[in-house]
Amino acid sequence: MTVDLLLFFILALTAIATALGMLMSRSAIYSALFLVLNFGTVAVFYILLNAPFIALSQVSVYAGAIMVLFLFVIMLLGTEVLPDTKALPWQRPLAVILAVMLAGEAIYLLFIRKAAGGQIPAPVESFGSPQAVGLELFKHYLLPFEVTSVLLLIAMVGAIVLTKKEKGGQ
Amino acid sequence: MVPVTYYVALSAILFSIGALGVLVRRNPLIIFMSVELMLNAANLAFVAFTRFYQTLNGQIFVFFVMTVSAAEVAVGLALIVTIFRTKHSINIDEMNGLKG
Repeated sequence: MTVDLLLFFILALTAIATALGMLMSRSAIYSALFLVLNFGTVAVFYILLNAPFIALSQVSVYAGAIMVLFLFVIMLLGTEVLPDTKALPWQRPLAVILAVMLAGEAIYLLFIRKAAGGQIPAPVESFGSPQAVGLELFKHYLLPFEVTSVLLLIAMVGAIVLTKKEKGGQ
Repeated sequence: MVPVTYYVALSAILFSIGALGVLVRRNPLIIFMSVELMLNAANLAFVAFTRFYQTLNGQIFVFFVMTVSAAEVAVGLALIVTIFRTKHSINIDEMNGLKG
């Protein structure tokens, strides 16, 4: 077994274990911290796949901004642990069965039918460097890039309007 | 090198765990985190295929997915805060105001 494969399996185990930890921990704070670890592991995968720009965006946007926002809201609302309600008791086993079926089907299709098999070819020089990504972004994807700024503006206005107290009310 | 199939299989497993989280958990914040996990799994598949086919389009797409998910989280968390303010609870089982 080569070093590459060994590294992949260790990281994959970490990613799956942290995802399951996110799913199963009682407190929402622990869930958020497990998810930060998961995002960090996926960022290492991005570096292994020659995508340093995406890896750093992953760390700063997901692990940094988004998860800090989550932690703030969890602590602000004080809803770390919710009491278990017993509505729909059959839902949990059914959900587990369906999720296992989903994963099983996807992996069956991948490995049995060789949908996208083959080794990853060696990268050409400077593939995926931030410079190349920037050139691609501004040469061929300029309009979507600009539309993104409008989307972020709308999200910002929406968040402010939604959380603003009504005048005279409450 | 690691075959691209392994990356896509890992992505499928992470996506299934995210889907399971949406179905099983009752805390909307954790449901939200599961949605983020699913988006992340999709991103991993994109980057793996980008590396496989030696084009940069997938990485650009991941960049846009990240932007959209950041916007989604901002608005979604604002909605959760507003719901908490009116109902004093965010348990998903108690959000039945539209039930006939």
